[in-house]
Amino acid sequence: MSTPLLKVEDLQVTFNIRPRGAWPWTPSIPLHAVGGVSFELEKGQTLGIVGESGSGKSTVARAIINTVPASGGRVLWKGDDLLQMDPTKRRQHRQAAQMVFQDPLAALNPRMKVGEIIAEPLITHAPQTPKAEVKRRVGELMERVGLLPNLINRYPHEFSGGQCQRIGIARALILNPELVICDEPVSALDVSVQAQVINLLSELQRDLGLSLIFIAHDLSVVKHISDNILVMYLGRVMETADADTLIDRPVHPYTRSLVQAVPIPDPKVELAREHPVLEGDLPSPLSPPSGCVFRTRCPMANASCAGERPGPEQIAPGHVSYCPVTAGERLAQGV
Amino acid sequence: MALLEIKDLTVKFETNDGIVSAVNGVSFNVSEGDTLAIVGESGSGKSQTAFAAIGLLARNGHATGSVKWDGQEILNLPEAKLNRIRADEIAMIFQDPMTSLNPFLKVSDQMEEVLTLHRGMSRREARAECVRMLDAVRIPDAAARITMYPHEFSGGMRQRIMIAMSLLCRPRLIIADEPTTALDVTVQAQIMDLLKDIREEFNTAMILITHDLGIVAGACERTMVMYGGRIMERGTTEEIFASPTHPYTNGLLDAVPRLDRKEDTLPTIPGEPPDMLKGFIGCPFEPRCPLAEERCKTEPPSLERLSETRVRACHRSPEEVA
Repeated sequence: MSTPLLKVEDLQVTFNIRPRGAWPWTPSIPLHAVGGVSFELEKGQTLGIVGESGSGKSTVARAIINTVPASGGRVLWKGDDLLQMDPTKRRQHRQAAQMVFQDPLAALNPRMKVGEIIAEPLITHAPQTPKAEVKRRVGELMERVGLLPNLINRYPHEFSGGQCQRIGIARALILNPELVICDEPVSALDVSVQAQVINLLSELQRDLGLSLIFIAHDLSVVKHISDNILVMYLGRVMETADADTLIDRPVHPYTRSLVQAVPIPDPKVELAREHPVLEGDLPSPLSPPSGCVFRTRCPMANASCAGERPGPEQIAPGHVSYCPVTAGERLAQGV
Repeated sequence: MALLEIKDLTVKFETNDGIVSAVNGVSFNVSEGDTLAIVGESGSGKSQTAFAAIGLLARNGHATGSVKWDGQEILNLPEAKLNRIRADEIAMIFQDPMTSLNPFLKVSDQMEEVLTLHRGMSRREARAECVRMLDAVRIPDAAARITMYPHEFSGGMRQRIMIAMSLLCRPRLIIADEPTTALDVTVQAQIMDLLKDIREEFNTAMILITHDLGIVAGACERTMVMYGGRIMERGTTEEIFASPTHPYTNGLLDAVPRLDRKEDTLPTIPGEPPDMLKGFIGCPFEPRCPLAEERCKTEPPSLERLSETRVRACHRSPEEVA
């Protein structure tokens, strides 16, 4: 089997939190933002990461492009471990993996012209590029993402949210990356514009053979764009499968609750659906529950869930769930 | 008789860049126990319609038209008179519960104030009633937690506190402005569930302002779609979703990815939401409308009545749109 573009094994990210009112000598409290996340991403594929706020989905993305240090595990880029890589090589990887952020206006420097914003990564990574060539590339990309090239000398505030997100996408593409990580790219946009940006991303992916990691809290959007979906809760993976399986036949109780909680914009369907409401809130990540982190809100939890962290259970090729209860049930039914 | 009767409401803001017409000739009624969703994108005027109705416009805003509460004109009423109606009879729930709760005051102080002020209760009575209300919105261990500060609660809990606070005077109408936008889906489901139970229990009417068509489908009997400060279409939620008669509603419904559907590319509405500073001569949706014709540019379509429950504003006939 060929090596995947990106392979993440048992990724851990720990932040040291200073307790409130701490003296200089009080030790920091470790906060395990991401605990043992593993996945693979093939070239040209899209991986969706869903989870509620505080689930660690953005931290995973940031650890992959090394803007937050990972405290354990391996991130293999075409077989090379990024976490052990020497700085020159890592610089090359930075060109190959780019990011698109949530708030499009906040992600753009208000004092720079659009052309400068889009060209900046190219000038940073390849300063010898002739000016005319830079200009040509910028114009080409603006057209590619659906912006008129004559807007090149405008400032970000002159654009609407959707257009700003297009600028962010153009900026991410100028280095010809192989992987683009989109962190909630459409959640700040209006519904009608959201669909435009989603379509643009899938179109670009198809044409340029990009791999995408698409992070969002909106399961409907993630399902639409992803080949595979990873469901996270409190820093841990709950379930991963291809998009259709995950939505139509989820196994993990958390995925099931998540799917049921997403409203469907059709009163006939929506009023007929079952809505078992998940009780409670996300526990504090500073003191996560022992065993399965979801057990405090899980409708199926029993005493055994408090013991060890649940291990992966292979349900089908590519479909993995981390729930001891449903695993036991299936075993009992002899499936 | 309608509880809230809004007729030809227009809201204008004076800004440094010129006059912005945020709401243009909006009319609708809400009766006792009714649930109405106002759906629209940013800049559609959905929030300003509600703000103007209960006198919460920003200082540079100016509302004209007529807003009748229980038969009595309340538009542009002086603050003191409005305060009696607000909180007492109309309550509002805002999007971000953290910014609408005072971070310096304990939850108990903020809640009790409502009752001591509006109902003339003693502190002790007020406390008991507040705890009862927090129980009703399912805050566990309410008696102990009422003395905590807002930041000690999670986002979902804070929204519950807001709901409890808005219910203290048993209002006849709740206006919920994007009540779940800042919350996670599982928490959103909890809050919508709670709102439904509470409405049924207290027989409160509700106006739900939102951009999320999903929560409308499960929560409201009637839906009103707004765009560029105007009503595009209004009807029962079932009608609006099953057979939209306005190109904008059509586009909006198609553009939302659905969990129960598989599609390759999402149908989109081309273009960008309108720039409200520029104002419109014709139909605000005309630049993005797939069915636009010449007259759409020059004459704004008027609201026409299709049936008992349904109105729409479009030059093209419903058959052409469908």
